Amino acid sequence: MKLLVPVKRVVDYNVKVRVRADGSGVETSGVKMSMNPFDEIAVEEAVRLKEKGVASEIVAVSMGVAACAETLRTALAMGADRGILVETEVELQPLAVAKLLRAIVEKESPRMVILGKQAIDDDMNATGQMLAALLGWPQGTFASKLVIEGDQALVTREVDGGLETVSLTLPAIVTTDLRLNEPRYASLPNIMKARKKPIDILKPADLGVDPSPRLAVLNVAEPPRRQAGKKVASVAELVDKLKNEAKVI
Amino acid sequence: MQIYKAPLRDMRFVLHEVFGSADLAKLSSEVDLQPELIDSILEEAGKLAEQVLLPLNASGDEEGCHLENGVVRTPKGFKEAYAKFCAGGWTALACDREYGGQGLPESVNKFVEEMICSANLSFGLYPGLSRGAYLALRHHGADELKKRYLPKLAEGTWSGTMCLTEAHCGTDLGMLRTKAVPRDDGSFAISGNKIFISAGEHDLTENIIHLVLARLPDAPAGSKGISLFLVPKFLPTSDNKPGTRNGVLCTAIEHKMGIKASATCQLTFENATGWLVGAPHRGLAAMFTMMNSERLSVGIQGLAISEAAYQSAVVYARERLQGRSLAGAQHPEKPADPIIVHPDVRRMLLTMRAYAEGCRALGAWVARALDTLEYGKDPALRQQAEDFTALMTPIVKALFTDFGFEAANIGVQIHGGHGYIRDHGVEQYVRDARIAMIYEGTNGIQALDLVGRKLGAHNGRLLRGFFHPIAEFIAAHKTHPKLASMVGALEKALGALQLATATIAEAGLRDAEEAGAAASEYLRLFGLVALGFMWARMAKVALEALPTAHGEAAFYHAKLVTARFYMERILPQAGALYLAIKSGKQAMMAFDEAAF
Repeated sequence: MKLLVPVKRVVDYNVKVRVRADGSGVETSGVKMSMNPFDEIAVEEAVRLKEKGVASEIVAVSMGVAACAETLRTALAMGADRGILVETEVELQPLAVAKLLRAIVEKESPRMVILGKQAIDDDMNATGQMLAALLGWPQGTFASKLVIEGDQALVTREVDGGLETVSLTLPAIVTTDLRLNEPRYASLPNIMKARKKPIDILKPADLGVDPSPRLAVLNVAEPPRRQAGKKVASVAELVDKLKNEAKVI
Repeated sequence: MQIYKAPLRDMRFVLHEVFGSADLAKLSSEVDLQPELIDSILEEAGKLAEQVLLPLNASGDEEGCHLENGVVRTPKGFKEAYAKFCAGGWTALACDREYGGQGLPESVNKFVEEMICSANLSFGLYPGLSRGAYLALRHHGADELKKRYLPKLAEGTWSGTMCLTEAHCGTDLGMLRTKAVPRDDGSFAISGNKIFISAGEHDLTENIIHLVLARLPDAPAGSKGISLFLVPKFLPTSDNKPGTRNGVLCTAIEHKMGIKASATCQLTFENATGWLVGAPHRGLAAMFTMMNSERLSVGIQGLAISEAAYQSAVVYARERLQGRSLAGAQHPEKPADPIIVHPDVRRMLLTMRAYAEGCRALGAWVARALDTLEYGKDPALRQQAEDFTALMTPIVKALFTDFGFEAANIGVQIHGGHGYIRDHGVEQYVRDARIAMIYEGTNGIQALDLVGRKLGAHNGRLLRGFFHPIAEFIAAHKTHPKLASMVGALEKALGALQLATATIAEAGLRDAEEAGAAASEYLRLFGLVALGFMWARMAKVALEALPTAHGEAAFYHAKLVTARFYMERILPQAGALYLAIKSGKQAMMAFDEAAF
């Protein structure tokens, strides 16, 4: 069974994100970039399926600027077999990514696409769902457990009320939640081998997709600074402030 | 709090921007050693250090090692961490391909060592000792021994030790008494007692390979009668599995000031089976061939502690609210200003930072020379590299470890009383750093090595090889509009070093005690100039990178400001050191021994 694992290059989770002065977005130049942590979980899950003999090949896909190749190398070092880079300078939004992924799925015919439930940069939580809709495939989102039985994928989902297990008929889309697994450290030999694994480079046009943004960003601003707290002398004063200053009661 | 994030950006700066990594592939078995590959290796090693090794640093210090029925138990979590470390292939990083290693250069390896030791110095000693044993065996072992032991040391399933010290002899190994008696089958029966053996016994690996200095029955007295032997804890079976228990026993472990999670063992050898490594009576020479790399590694431990102590101190200085800035309140909305506003706190922080970053650059320079020595083709360049490593080895070892201890101390000072109590974990750095000034040749011995052996070697050729590039740099940048004042400070310090060199050469020739009296100050002076050269070069690179730095302007700017701090506030110590050196031995030697 072939698996497709999309991985996104995002600002590293350790970086304190700064908003650009002109409000057009967040500062990314000179900032450490890494693989989206949810996607790391997706790669780990795919590698585990391969180690169990369930999967036979893992294809990692990334999209965006040429530097995304480094994110693919990380996936290859963790155990993916080869990479596909869809190279573009255009800002990619979930729908464009989903369309590009659909084209790659049609080319590669994987039995399952495993991807992060969301990326930690824009937290859109949309690509997996959109891809499922475009392909007409079943989807198991927010997975905290994944079991493959024959042509069924049993996905335990983290939902508001607790855990829900759904059974999907393959081919299917699975999006990962934090508790699905703990990604491994890439070993030194695998980091070195990853350099020799192939990465195919495509352009959106090669896949017949126009990736132009459909959404316009009007402004990006930092959240308002937290104000210092106030001490009150009595319960009466507290109630008064809640009623008249905070206006919450 | 012990805080550590691998300083990857600074490592990339040193590796790619200051020394250039384009030709590093030629100094490695990995022909495809692209900068991106090095970066991903360092990044993954950094993750391991931060996420696996750092969390065990304070707990390992608290728990220590325990000896029970001859078996040493390392602190909780060490076994699992070591297993992860080996499974990741990190023990094999700089080992040869033919023995299962990755053949990566020291230029990469030393950075990885730094990260491991910053996160957990005690842990770092276990693979560190194996690396030393690997190198000794690789250079001097017979093929049969190499084939049997090197792959195991590379994969980390067996570890190594260096058994030199005995109760009555440490620095003066000529006095050692452990005996080796030849047997008919070509092996030797080793008997004697060794102390202070790091990783001499532990539960991390399935076998331990001791490299033991001992005397053959026909050995001449003194240091020319010492041979090197390989003595495994378990004798390997024909298929290279740990077999019969050999006659080596851990009788005690030391209770130490620091590096408590590293087992420091007393070992008793009783007719233990061993094999000769290298030629008879040439054991000390065999040990000393890998000394350059080993001493650089110990220096790196000092640098590692400087970095870790600095990072924790910065976080504390930003958070600790106490009093107000002398220039008026900087944060009027808060009950007090963070202590980082104070000039004296900044002096302390910048001292630590200037030490750590300066040492990182100098260490990388020496590592590059070690790689040239190992892989280089050009005989002239190899000669240069050999001269340079010989000269710099005592300096790196002593200077980096002195600075490491000093930086750790400053770290405690910045924390105030909260640094002195154990909760923040920064007093551990002081205790851990202390040993690096002692082992692998005390820093006093390093200073004697510098003035006694290196200074006069080949009529001063080693010195000239070091002075020339600095003088050239000074000449080329003396009138540089932005570097001139820094270069002026460097020139002054270099002048002091050259005067001190002449003083010692002249006085030392007359009276060896004069050289001995000047040695430690001379080494410090030498180190300050070497670091000054690094800071000048780094300032130049940063200055050139600034116009196109985009988002990284802050990084290069910080480099420039730290360089300035070093030149203005640390390097001038060179002048005082010269005065002390010039005063000669009388201040010490005129003192009546009975009056002490």
